[in-house]
Amino acid sequence: MIADQLVTGLLTGLIYGLMALGLSVVFGVMRIVNFAHGEMAVVAMYAAWAAFRFLGLDPLLSLLPIAGLMFCAGYLLQRGLIQPFVSRPDYMQFILLISVALILTNGALLIFGPEAHGLQVDYAFDSYEIGPLLIDKVRLLSAIAALVLTGLLLAFFRFTLTGKAIRAAADNRTGAQVIGLDIKKLYAITFGIGAACLGAAGTLMSLLVDVMPRVGPELTLLSFVIVIVGGLGSMAGALAGGVLIGVAEALAGTLLEPSLKSMFSYGLLVLILLLRPQGLLGERS
Amino acid sequence: MRIGLLLLLGLFLLAPLAAGPYLLSVLTVLLTFAYLGQAWNIMMGFAGLLSLGHALYVGLGAYVAAALFLFWGVPPILGVFPAMAVAALVAAGIGFLSFRFSVKGVHFTLLTIAFAEIGRLVFQHLSAFGGTGGLFLPVASRDGVDLIHLRGDPRMFYYLILAMTAGLFLACRRLLASPLGYRWQALREDPAAAESLGVPLLKVKLAATGLSAALTAAGGVFAAFFYNALFPDQWFGLGYSIEIILAPIVGGLGTLFGPILGALLLTPLGEAISSVTDALGWQSAGVKPFCYGVVLLAIVKFLPDGVWPAIRKRLP
Repeated sequence: MIADQLVTGLLTGLIYGLMALGLSVVFGVMRIVNFAHGEMAVVAMYAAWAAFRFLGLDPLLSLLPIAGLMFCAGYLLQRGLIQPFVSRPDYMQFILLISVALILTNGALLIFGPEAHGLQVDYAFDSYEIGPLLIDKVRLLSAIAALVLTGLLLAFFRFTLTGKAIRAAADNRTGAQVIGLDIKKLYAITFGIGAACLGAAGTLMSLLVDVMPRVGPELTLLSFVIVIVGGLGSMAGALAGGVLIGVAEALAGTLLEPSLKSMFSYGLLVLILLLRPQGLLGERS
Repeated sequence: MRIGLLLLLGLFLLAPLAAGPYLLSVLTVLLTFAYLGQAWNIMMGFAGLLSLGHALYVGLGAYVAAALFLFWGVPPILGVFPAMAVAALVAAGIGFLSFRFSVKGVHFTLLTIAFAEIGRLVFQHLSAFGGTGGLFLPVASRDGVDLIHLRGDPRMFYYLILAMTAGLFLACRRLLASPLGYRWQALREDPAAAESLGVPLLKVKLAATGLSAALTAAGGVFAAFFYNALFPDQWFGLGYSIEIILAPIVGGLGTLFGPILGALLLTPLGEAISSVTDALGWQSAGVKPFCYGVVLLAIVKFLPDGVWPAIRKRLP
């Protein structure tokens, strides 16, 4: 029973990790906290729901197209709106992204209404029996997809030229400019990557939770908790934080009252903010 | 300047003579947001501390005064003091923790959100305060004027919040020109430089957070007895915290008239838009906040200092 919950939490945590990775990458490179993070994930969730409902596309297939679209949206958002705010005080960036969040959540409310849209694939209730464990098929497949994408992303930052350029811009912005890197373009790509992470994570999450507008702010706060716990700006931290929070939520849901599981997350958030603001895996700046 | 303000005050004083019940309730809501925005502005606009958890203090004030009234019969005119004290203590506690562990900038804002969310969860689970089911204040009659128990005519509520808003405006004007006000502004502009000049940062920070929270809680007491229904999700929610900060940002952060002007612009706009969509027969749950989002975006993008500084520049 508890082992089942542990595995469930671990698998959900991998998807959380992918989602939080988007937030962490954007902060790590541009020092901008994307307050519209969960709201953007909800846009992807609605896209996945619509693709399933109207085109009959399985979310595991619509995953890449939606991530691609979200990349373009993120790229344009950075180019058109956020870029001038990179050098402004952080409360301005915060307020700008709050306004984006308000528009996205309430836009979704206007278009789709407040009710929950469930997305049920025909293997929704299948599960695998591995030894003593019982694992949901949906959860396992989405977690594997999240893990593969996370791996690809880490490889992108490690091995490709663009990935290295983005890391250079994150380490030393002026230095990167001196050697002729196009900072604006790199930032736009970074924000696009952040949005693509959300596109993928949101699509996968639409398999696990109901799609509705008010999920947006909840996911934003959840991502904040994860990246702060793991270390804001640290990629490995986002992944570890995601798994930690996923497992903690699953266990708190069975061992304690289910409604108290977010209490644990916020309590942890406060402790980390006070005692280890760089996060569990982050480096002290 | 002064003449314009007096004219505005005169208009507000005379408004109930011409306004029907709907308009009066809109004006009361408008003034509530002007008041809460002004109280929040002390922390962000004066001292540069961005709190996105001010719903916590509204909720604490509302719940403390409402519970004292319901369970022990303490009238709100007395209950407002413990309500303000509780909020000030909680805020000073958060301020002290953030100072002691030097939580700054974005991290400070996240800390305020986290505490507001914890407050929401705590009140959801406190069955003595109604939990998720809500806490309700009995309404015996809507006639008469009973300022001690805050029961009576809608016009009484209107004049009360008008007096609170005007009073807070005057108090903030005095504060801003006081030694404490200058220390806040020094803290806002450059904490390190302020400290090197001998500004006691901890005291100044605690004064800003505590005072802002206490005044916000007083607004919460008013709102509790005006609305008579308290739900943790609404009163402690992040959505409410965001609603509180809209008016001062649109009007002009750190300015005295900004929160009032922002509320004067936003509340009528929201009402106008929702009455249009109602007339067209759309379901309009998200229309108002959607428009607030668009306005906020336009302001941050094109008038980052807010509307009031832009107007003041053109005034003689």
